Amino acid sequence: MDGIFLQQMVNGLTLGSVYGLIAIGYTMVYGIIGMINFAHGDVYMISAYLAAIGLAVLSFFGVESFPFLILGTLIFTIVVTGVYGFVIERVAYKPLRNSTRLAPLISAIGISLILQNYAQIAQGPRQQGVPTLLEGAMRFDVGSGFVQITYTKIFILIAAFVGMGVLTYIIKYTKLGRMCRATQQDRKMASILGINTDRVISYVFVIGAAMAALAGVLITMNYGTFDFFAGFVIGIKAFTAAVLGGIGSLPGAMLGGLILGVAESQFSGLINSDYKDVFSFGLLVVILIFRPQGLLGRPLVAKV
Amino acid sequence: MSAPTKPIDIKQSLVDAVIAGLLALIVFGPIVGIVLDGYGFNLQPGRVAVLVGVVVVGRFFMSLFLQTPKGVAIAQSFESSGSGVHVLPPGYKTRLRFIIPLMILIAVIFPIFADKYVLTVVILGLIYVLLGLGLNIVVGLAGLLDLGYVAFYAIGAYGLALGYQYLGLGFWSALPLAAIAAALAGCILGFPVLRMHGDYLAIVTLGFGEIIRLVLNNWLSFTGGPNGVAVPAPTFFGLEFGRRAKDGGIPIHEYFGFEYNPDLKFIFIYTVLFLVVLAVLYVKHRLTRMPVGRAWEALREDEIACRSMGLNHVLVKLSAFTIGASTAGLAGVFFASYQGFVNPTSFTFFESALILAIVVLGGMGSTVGVVIAAFVLTVAPELLRSFAEYRVLLFGILMVLMMIWRPRGLIRISRTGVQPRKGVLANVEGA
Repeated sequence: MDGIFLQQMVNGLTLGSVYGLIAIGYTMVYGIIGMINFAHGDVYMISAYLAAIGLAVLSFFGVESFPFLILGTLIFTIVVTGVYGFVIERVAYKPLRNSTRLAPLISAIGISLILQNYAQIAQGPRQQGVPTLLEGAMRFDVGSGFVQITYTKIFILIAAFVGMGVLTYIIKYTKLGRMCRATQQDRKMASILGINTDRVISYVFVIGAAMAALAGVLITMNYGTFDFFAGFVIGIKAFTAAVLGGIGSLPGAMLGGLILGVAESQFSGLINSDYKDVFSFGLLVVILIFRPQGLLGRPLVAKV
Repeated sequence: MSAPTKPIDIKQSLVDAVIAGLLALIVFGPIVGIVLDGYGFNLQPGRVAVLVGVVVVGRFFMSLFLQTPKGVAIAQSFESSGSGVHVLPPGYKTRLRFIIPLMILIAVIFPIFADKYVLTVVILGLIYVLLGLGLNIVVGLAGLLDLGYVAFYAIGAYGLALGYQYLGLGFWSALPLAAIAAALAGCILGFPVLRMHGDYLAIVTLGFGEIIRLVLNNWLSFTGGPNGVAVPAPTFFGLEFGRRAKDGGIPIHEYFGFEYNPDLKFIFIYTVLFLVVLAVLYVKHRLTRMPVGRAWEALREDEIACRSMGLNHVLVKLSAFTIGASTAGLAGVFFASYQGFVNPTSFTFFESALILAIVVLGGMGSTVGVVIAAFVLTVAPELLRSFAEYRVLLFGILMVLMMIWRPRGLIRISRTGVQPRKGVLANVEGA
């Protein structure tokens, strides 16, 4: 086996697991209110800032050990980003529940612009960074080359899969999850049966934002740098992952994320790294044209 | 209907305000209050206090206002979405028949008094009018959200620049060719995409717009990458606008024997652009009254109903998409010759969002609204230079507020009603 191939496989899986986390936010919101939440990528961007702020504040107070540092940052980021998700839904989407079809989409684009400019004004336009938290790596010799897996990547994979596992548990086995699934299947019927669907929709936004926050912490750990524009490209890619897996389907989002991450890494490693974004966006266009229901999704049937 | 005699509940408003304040504290606290500085941070508690204070006070008064009878009425008006088109009585004469000749008169006289700066701002405004009109057909009339509209604009601009570099095309030959090229690109992209669910179109076009920009940026050997391409100055029947002729042509001021005027190039672009805008306005005006225009609007309101009436939804959507794309191609050619240079930074997603903001603000489908909005959104940033860093923020807030307050735009689309001819009525009554 080629060293580069395996190395890109590892990189792709790490990247893909994070895409999957963000894709969950798209797919859940789409499943429940049929709307593409354009601002989701920017919610991820906000969470990257929050992660850096959390790390900076915790280090300032002398927290040095990795588990405490990362746990504190994760809790802080997930809570605050969740509040962002809640507030955004309340302010920009809830008043539009009965409006024209385009209205929530345009409102979401507005929120996306607001978040980008807000982060730029509040934190300055320059790139931000975080220090490397986990030093060291594992190395394997493979044929002529070698494969290097940093501990950060291992941590990201584990954390992402734990996050997805917790979410799957919540959706499958808890009361909240049952309410979410009921609302997704038939909002009107669910509300007749005594589910406060407005509240469920709020929860879905909060869950989506929390997953984006987890992704934000993990990506920031991996790359070390980000800026206020970081949400745009990752947002489109996560959406691609959601569509690839079948929008509305949770396992689909995770699968789509992994496939997209691996495909993109292999493309940039083996063919051309300048065009890796073009490859991902092109993939999105091709999937939407030939298999809009995705890998695990069901075809959309409009009902009158 | 709630009883108007209901007393105003100040306690409830206070609770609302406190909750809003707490949320604002969590939201703004970390991002606004703790500014990253390397791996450390600076505290800025003052900014947070101001923002939270604004939110608390604003929420308190909003909550109070919504309890007054007037507030209740406003809140209820949000609940009903309202119809799309306002129908005027038959035989209604709009005031526009006076305003339009006046506007044309002003536009004709205007270049005589304008200096170069004002002229360039107005040209930019007109380019956005063109873009807004094109996107208005796609988003406003046909209800297709196109987020990669800037791609067609880029095709037009690069069509002129690359056409000159590789094929020796000039302004005049590029103008129709760019429109055709953009329309073709719209056709190729639109045909497979328009068959599917509406929301996906937004994402596919967004992806397409980014692909075009990234290719322009990365294909160094063909497009010059981030360095861009130079664009030739336009000519008038082979006469050039420079002080001295470049490629063996004759400068226009020597041919006609008048003083050299450095603004002449811009006056020329302005004139042609203005004529093109008028032509597009006229075409759009006619199209909305033709069957295809009616079909666009019908499809926007209810696709399933239209399809069951036998309308070919793909072809109807495709016509709107293609016409919109070709308008952007035209605007691109003007933009390129106005700048004298193109590079990929002019064609980012923000441009698409700006054009969308024009359409949204002007009113979906309303021509007059789009023209006004295009000027407001391009000229206002020139006047408010000191607010430049808040420009995007304002656009975003504007888009959200417009969607909440008036999803169909500031200016309502109105259409004169039709009265059946007397003979027709008599037949109906007689039968």
